[in-house]
Amino acid sequence: MAEPALIALDQVGLRYGAHEALCGVSLCIAPGERVAFVGANGSGKSSLLRVLHGLLAPSVGTRSQGVAAHGRALRFAMLFQRPFLLRLSAAANVRLALWLGGVRGADAQARTAEALRRVGLHGEAARAAQALSGGQQQRLALARAWALQPDVLLLDEPTASLDPSAKREVEALLEEFSEHGMTLLMASHNLGQVKRLARRVVYLEHGRVLADAPIAEFFEDAVAPEARLFLKGELPW
Amino acid sequence: MDPFIQSLHTAFALIAEAEPRLLQVVALSLGVSGSACVLAAGFGLAGGAALAVARFPGRRALLVLLNTLLALPSVVVGLVVYLLLSRSGPLGSWGLLFTPTAMVIAQTVLVMPVVAALTREAVEASWQQNGEQLRSLGAGRWSAGALLLWDERMVVLTVLLAAFGRAVSEVGAVMIVGGNIDGHTRVMTTAIALETSKGDLPLALALGAVLLGVVLLLNALIALVRAWAARAHGEAPGSAPQARPGAAGAAHG
Repeated sequence: MAEPALIALDQVGLRYGAHEALCGVSLCIAPGERVAFVGANGSGKSSLLRVLHGLLAPSVGTRSQGVAAHGRALRFAMLFQRPFLLRLSAAANVRLALWLGGVRGADAQARTAEALRRVGLHGEAARAAQALSGGQQQRLALARAWALQPDVLLLDEPTASLDPSAKREVEALLEEFSEHGMTLLMASHNLGQVKRLARRVVYLEHGRVLADAPIAEFFEDAVAPEARLFLKGELPW
Repeated sequence: MDPFIQSLHTAFALIAEAEPRLLQVVALSLGVSGSACVLAAGFGLAGGAALAVARFPGRRALLVLLNTLLALPSVVVGLVVYLLLSRSGPLGSWGLLFTPTAMVIAQTVLVMPVVAALTREAVEASWQQNGEQLRSLGAGRWSAGALLLWDERMVVLTVLLAAFGRAVSEVGAVMIVGGNIDGHTRVMTTAIALETSKGDLPLALALGAVLLGVVLLLNALIALVRAWAARAHGEAPGSAPQARPGAAGAAHG
């Protein structure tokens, strides 16, 4: 029997005024999947992530989501290209996210310390978040997301503004999170990163899904001609 | 000796001697304007942050009105508060006209739009840029507004100091509702106007020097706090807050 969908979109469309960001998107995300959304700028990747998260409501179509173990509501966390960190210490930024998620007191302290240790920032807990380097800030954002113990982690170009070494650090952490059962949904331009992290690729163009295939199939025999052109870098940007 | 130089000399002597009449006027000025700013902050910060994140019909019109109130002439505020507090006015029974409390009320009305409008601008800029990320962490509109208000605290501090600068340097409103009563409602600006009209230039100049000193002190304080914040948060000096209103300012009619 097929595993029940964690998130399902049925004929979802999204409009920003006259602009159609998504059109007729139907997708099922199963627990523990690692899905990459690829496509040119403006293809709708980021909008799709936001709809999957629930930050944006579809203009048409439906979005439904399952439940986590023991009937608990799903927890989502999202990592952005440029994380917003409040003008507080690194630890306070994590604690604040936990506070917003309803985690308080000793539990919040312990989870903050563990999250910072996990991303290698335990020595920077008291440092101002704004004073950290770009890579450290992204790792702090990851710690903040991880501390929330999300079932689904959404990543919008998570390493686009990082240098190669910081990219590798973030990717290693994502790999580790995924191995613990977290569902990863990422929008990325970095096809190398997609190959390394994803197990399934969804190709979008002008807000429509033109290809949805396992990673090997997508790269070896891209199913749609447009996707093949995209891989060859022949699409106008 | 040149009368201007002589007046300046006498003015500094008055300041150096801490002349009691001068001290009383300065203390009342700072007390009235400080109280007005505290009250305006209470309403203006909360109102400005709420306006930044709330969306409701008529919001645009409210923003236009709020921004218009930034240019509210102090004499108009004085007149309106006078009419409200005068014996025949709706609040006449409170007996507040020509008291420092009436002056606090007038200055609160005068600077609250400054606090609310500039706070709204700073918080809304941050909300547009970062609101989605806060929502993704589970923050609702109001908690996000409060968090962004805290995050923009350096801008907020500048806004409050600018509001204090506006309050302490205005003359029209306090003159109308306070009546410039010696020893009771006379503040720096009304005293300067009176002493100048009487020809007592040394006292007027001394008061002017103190007023200028207060504004200078405020601006120095802003610069110090910003530099401290930039160091504490590891930001390049001068790069911190996004929407910066002008520094605490010049005299207002």
